[in-house]
Amino acid sequence: MDSYSAPESTPSASSRPEDYFIGATPLQKRLESVRKQSSFILTPPRRKIPQCSQLQEDVDPQKVAFLLHKQWTLYSLTPLYKFSYSNLKEYSRLLNAFIVAEKQKGLAVEVGEDFNIKIVSKSQLPSENREGKVLWTGWFCCVFGDSLLETVSEDFTCLPLFLANGAESNTAIIGTWFQKTFDCYFSPLAINAFNLSWMAAMWTACKMDHYVATTEFLWSVPCSPQSLDISFAIHPEDAKALWDSVHKTPGEVTQEEVDLFMDCLYSHFHRHFKIHLSATRLVRVSTSVASAHTDGKIKILCHKYLIGVLAYLTELAIFQIE
Amino acid sequence: MSPQKRVKNVQAQNRTSQGSSSFQTTLSAWKVKQDPSNSKNISKHGQNNPVGDYEHADDQAEEDALQMAVGYFEKGPIKASQNKDKTLEKHLKTVENVAWKNGLASEEIDILLNIALSGKFGNAVNTRILKCMIPATVISEDSVVKAVSWLCVGKCSGSTKVLFYRWLVAMFDFIDRKEQINLLYGFFFASLQDDALCPYVCHLLYLLTKKENVKPFRVRKLLDLQAKMGMQPHLQALLSLYKFFAPALISVSLPVRKKIYFKNSENLWKTALLAVKQRNRGPSPEPLKLMLGPANVRPLKRKWNSLSVIPVLNSSSYTKECGKKEMSLSDCLNRSGSFPLEQLQSFPQLLQNIHCLELPSQMGSVLNNSLLLHYINCVRDEPVLLRFYYWLSQTLQEECIWYKVNNYEHGKEFTNFLDTIIRAECFLQEGFYSCEAFLYKSLPLWDGLCCRSQFLQLVSWIPFSSFSEVKPLLFDHLAQLFFTSTIYFKCSVLQSLKELLQNWLLWLSMDIHMKPVTNSPLETTLGGSMNSVSKLIHYVGWLSTTAMRLESNNTFLLHFILDFYEKVCDIYINYNLPLVVLFPPGIFYSALLSLDTSILNQLCFIMHRYRKNLTAAKKNELVQKTKSEFNFSSKTYQEFNHYLTSMVGCLWTSKPFGKGIYIDPEILEKTGVAEYKNSLNVVHHPSFLSYAVSFLLQESPEERTVNVSSIRGKKWSWYLDYLFSQGLQGLKLFIRSSVHHSSIPRAEGINCNNQY
Repeated sequence: MDSYSAPESTPSASSRPEDYFIGATPLQKRLESVRKQSSFILTPPRRKIPQCSQLQEDVDPQKVAFLLHKQWTLYSLTPLYKFSYSNLKEYSRLLNAFIVAEKQKGLAVEVGEDFNIKIVSKSQLPSENREGKVLWTGWFCCVFGDSLLETVSEDFTCLPLFLANGAESNTAIIGTWFQKTFDCYFSPLAINAFNLSWMAAMWTACKMDHYVATTEFLWSVPCSPQSLDISFAIHPEDAKALWDSVHKTPGEVTQEEVDLFMDCLYSHFHRHFKIHLSATRLVRVSTSVASAHTDGKIKILCHKYLIGVLAYLTELAIFQIE
Repeated sequence: MSPQKRVKNVQAQNRTSQGSSSFQTTLSAWKVKQDPSNSKNISKHGQNNPVGDYEHADDQAEEDALQMAVGYFEKGPIKASQNKDKTLEKHLKTVENVAWKNGLASEEIDILLNIALSGKFGNAVNTRILKCMIPATVISEDSVVKAVSWLCVGKCSGSTKVLFYRWLVAMFDFIDRKEQINLLYGFFFASLQDDALCPYVCHLLYLLTKKENVKPFRVRKLLDLQAKMGMQPHLQALLSLYKFFAPALISVSLPVRKKIYFKNSENLWKTALLAVKQRNRGPSPEPLKLMLGPANVRPLKRKWNSLSVIPVLNSSSYTKECGKKEMSLSDCLNRSGSFPLEQLQSFPQLLQNIHCLELPSQMGSVLNNSLLLHYINCVRDEPVLLRFYYWLSQTLQEECIWYKVNNYEHGKEFTNFLDTIIRAECFLQEGFYSCEAFLYKSLPLWDGLCCRSQFLQLVSWIPFSSFSEVKPLLFDHLAQLFFTSTIYFKCSVLQSLKELLQNWLLWLSMDIHMKPVTNSPLETTLGGSMNSVSKLIHYVGWLSTTAMRLESNNTFLLHFILDFYEKVCDIYINYNLPLVVLFPPGIFYSALLSLDTSILNQLCFIMHRYRKNLTAAKKNELVQKTKSEFNFSSKTYQEFNHYLTSMVGCLWTSKPFGKGIYIDPEILEKTGVAEYKNSLNVVHHPSFLSYAVSFLLQESPEERTVNVSSIRGKKWSWYLDYLFSQGLQGLKLFIRSSVHHSSIPRAEGINCNNQY
């Protein structure tokens, strides 16, 4: 398992005397990791460019197909208490009962082997073709979340990223059930402009056989009463060419490169439209790999880099719950 | 304080008064209302809103009318009265109006429900009464039980019964307890026979059924009914619930998917139900606004409809047991042998059941329960603490209003939440790690205004830890705000740092005596801990010195600084910890030369305590003789003696600029002050001068000119007594301990114990 997210230049903790933490409780370890995180630059300044990894090849494209081309709303999730993979069937039954109690509607819940949940409508409307339509899907995910796993004790199961597709009222009911049952906490996972730039750079850097979408950026200018959006679409090959020109370290993306990449886009835009995009707020990035919106919505397009995208999202989710 | 704050307070008051007005229908509120002074109050609050006045007056009248109406119904119809119908109609209208507007108190519901089902009035009246049985907040279980007992008497018609069951289903959630009602399970079940009632009774049973209610004979009865009446959705619902609880008893296969089991019996009361929910939620939150950016991501709880930030206390053991495969879930749900939290009422109960307590399903709920806080405090079960940690960390982050633009409308809620946390911390006398982590993240973004008091209190509850580790995360950010904010902010920060110091000291003094030092979480040695505390004190010293310069030696600020040092000077004796840290010169001399007597008095007291502590330390060292690592360096003693010499030189011996503060005599001559030597003693010191004058005037009120220099010899001692009688206790203690009296006080009558 090659660790995509392994921060190579994590601030080295060994310089400080941590020895007295040998007997420390998990709680103190948590606090310690929060301290570490707060005291250094928040994100490791370099990451690997998503590669088609070994793990990726093992994944059956059919199995993950339902994850692609759908808009997912992201949530971060604190570790689940006393969760057990062997009880998924039971959970499904309980969750179903809970949903029925909440809604009194004919819905069925399926909890899949790999722990995704589907709500299937069973006769919402009389029309026949509506039968069995999937109303809502949600799945839990943790890709290379090692930094969190380190400090989580055995009573907890760590699935820091939750993705949901469907009506938010359903997310609310299911989330509530999870919160009550496993004493966890769901928070919406927003992606700030800084991380969007990273996504833009990393996804542009991915090698693609063919591009399915243009590379597009959306900036928002805060002004009332209606905010003004500026969209900037680039041919994906042009974006790749620009990236190649700023990219130096093979296989990696560094903070400088991300900044440079975005600065180039800004200056290009300024040359033509005399607008300083750096003064606005980046709200959406779409590439052929995936597209992400700042309010925590993501759509993954490319099967090949699925793991890479999820790993980065897991990292963001972990950062939020740390 | 600032006018801004005052305005806020007034608003807050208004809000609470408005809030309470929505609960006016409760009986207690009535009684208060009848007090004339109180009603005046109410109209005062209504001033900014002239309409409000009328509304209040209306409410008042309405309630009187309601009372009359209830009284009328209670008495029953008066046969002879001619206006019978009119009066009845009027009273019914009153009840209906109030019920739909504000809901009825549980006492009123009790009375009216009784009337509706007892058949005193006609069917139409009963129906109307039943339809408006809308609670203000809750319905008491007793009322329901009483009402059900009327059903047995057979005084009410079938339609009234139906309506009653529909009402019961709709209001089920607002009944305060359900144990008694559950005891009537058999009665309700028997009512299934009645075809008209059957659907509604089914629905009620569906809500009421517990595992122990599922009995073979009931299953048989239900199956019989189904055979007789066909596949009725309501029967199926009940059967499937039975099957869920007791799969073994029901072999019939039931269709899994079903659209809607029950006809919506709430529809009569739909709007009313919403209103009750709103009321129960407390003062209604501001209407939700449409949010655009991600910066406005709304905390989930508001989207997810939970009523408050802190989860409701619910014991639930099934998550624990689900790990064991052999146990079926329904078994877990009805597990016996453990003590359910809902029954936990008293501390002795907690003690008796502490070994078999069911923990809440959501650990966050302990925050509202002092008994469970006790439990949390003594339990050293890591998962319990971690669950609480995760919950509190995330909730703080989600709720924190300055993380999100435009989220300030929820400020009050966040403030209340912080208050709850702080109450819990005070109760436990212990800070939460989550709060510390939250401070790390949020302090750099804090504006220094929002929730200031709460935020600074959180600072004072930071659990003891290594100062040098916490400093860059917390104190450096706090310092930036400190230096750029008003003097009041500076004082509040110093106040909270004083409390922080106190909390750390208490914790350490407990920790040392409770368990071996090696167990202490963050520092291996006592020396390390002391080092951390001393760094905190030095840090505050640095803050104070700079603040004094920035605020040009403000007396108010100096009071807060000296308050801090009042804690510092007594560490050795009060907390039995081997630490004495003196104040920096910038503070000492500012206090010594202050124009304010109380400052000087406080300084004297602190010097006196320092002396006591150092003497005690010296004595212990001599006794132990062993060279421990906590012997104070001679530097501390020297420093103290230096301060002492200065003080005695100024206040007592009138040799101010010799040993302590040294100023070149040539420079002093250049100032042209003739008698500078006297000018800082207890008589001439600017802060004492007024005392000297009043003393002399008291001595000889006739004197037209006073000569303060005449205070010498015997008069000097009288003068001192006079000063002491004016409440300058610090000065008294200082002089008693640091100055040896001889017959000629103004001579070198001191022995300031220079040789420690």
